[in-house]
Amino acid sequence: MNLNATLLGQSIAFAVFVIFCMKYIWPPLMSAIEDRQAKIADGLASAERATKDLELAQAAATDQLKDAKAQAASIVDMANKRKAQIVDEAKTAAITERDKIIASGYVEVEAERNRAKEELRQKVAVLAIAGAEKILERSIDQAVANDIVEKLVGEL
Amino acid sequence: MSASEHGEALTPGSYIGHHLQNWTVGDTSTFWHVNADSLLFSVGLGLVFILLFWSVARKATSGVPGKLQCFIEIIVEFVDDTVKDTFHGKSSLVAPLALTIFVWIILMNTMDLIPVDWLPQAANMAAGSDVYLRVVPTTDPNIALAMSFSVFFLMIFYSIKIKGIGGFVKELTMQPFNHWVFIPVNLVMELVSLIAKPVSLGLRLFGNMYAGEMIFMLIALVGVGQLPLHFMWAVFHIMVVILQAFIFMMLTIVYLSMAHEDH
Repeated sequence: MNLNATLLGQSIAFAVFVIFCMKYIWPPLMSAIEDRQAKIADGLASAERATKDLELAQAAATDQLKDAKAQAASIVDMANKRKAQIVDEAKTAAITERDKIIASGYVEVEAERNRAKEELRQKVAVLAIAGAEKILERSIDQAVANDIVEKLVGEL
Repeated sequence: MSASEHGEALTPGSYIGHHLQNWTVGDTSTFWHVNADSLLFSVGLGLVFILLFWSVARKATSGVPGKLQCFIEIIVEFVDDTVKDTFHGKSSLVAPLALTIFVWIILMNTMDLIPVDWLPQAANMAAGSDVYLRVVPTTDPNIALAMSFSVFFLMIFYSIKIKGIGGFVKELTMQPFNHWVFIPVNLVMELVSLIAKPVSLGLRLFGNMYAGEMIFMLIALVGVGQLPLHFMWAVFHIMVVILQAFIFMMLTIVYLSMAHEDH
């Protein structure tokens, strides 16, 4: 084994390299690695948070959907009720109207009938007078006969 | 490996010997010479590591990273996790130290996977003469031991910094037998275990890589049949390359963690 001054040269080179590595290589590399680790940790944490947020949002959306459905159902229900009410009201109104029309019809018919009766009565009176005139032409005084006929007509 | 490129007659022994010879600069009779090839490749690969990681670190974004930044971050996070699991003190040095050791040693070990003759042959052509070149820095005990002794220096430094001189001396003398009579025995045992740490750390890396390199050279001597053998050994060696880098890093962290522990 031939030991010589190479020992010293190598030791010096070793020291220089180690010091250089310690000053200019290790710190920037380590800080880059540690910064990135922190960033990744942050990223993972925020991703987890986002997942949780998403779950919450989904739950909220489901709730809202349920609410909206319930509301829609109640609105439809109310509309149905209102429709039935309106139909009922309309029916009632129509029945009232019908009754009124029928009643007025009856009144009209009654009036017509009375008028016709009156007319008939007068015509019968005229006929009766004419008949009586013909019968009594020869015997009876005109004035007395008229008086009797008037009385008869008034009795009809 | 054909013999014709080398001047003298090539025997297996001289082929391997040639490959195990460093390109040295300086007076080889004293301590004061260096293995220029080892230093060149180790510093070059260290620069590859530093510049690659620096270029990524400068532009590092905490947003969506590019593919290169992802790759670098995987390595950094792996080292950081390992350090956090093993090292319980507070230190801004240990993690970058572990990263430097891990990547740098992987790069140096990976030089083993380049076919053993390519770079030496290229060097021969470039120099125009027969030169020595060892391309795997970690097969040079100087490199491996320099790193392990640097770690050893840090162990001593942090032991004294955390526990104080008294605490460190007490750790060496009052364990495992807590009585003044046993101080010499304790001292011998603790010193042996203390010294054994950097030596075993450096020699483990060196030994593994040296053996792997040696087997590549032996395979290169086989001739035409070497290709499948090369492939098989290289596949196996990929594991050794990464495993040895990991073990070196892990033990560095453990040793520094022990140095930070206050009894």
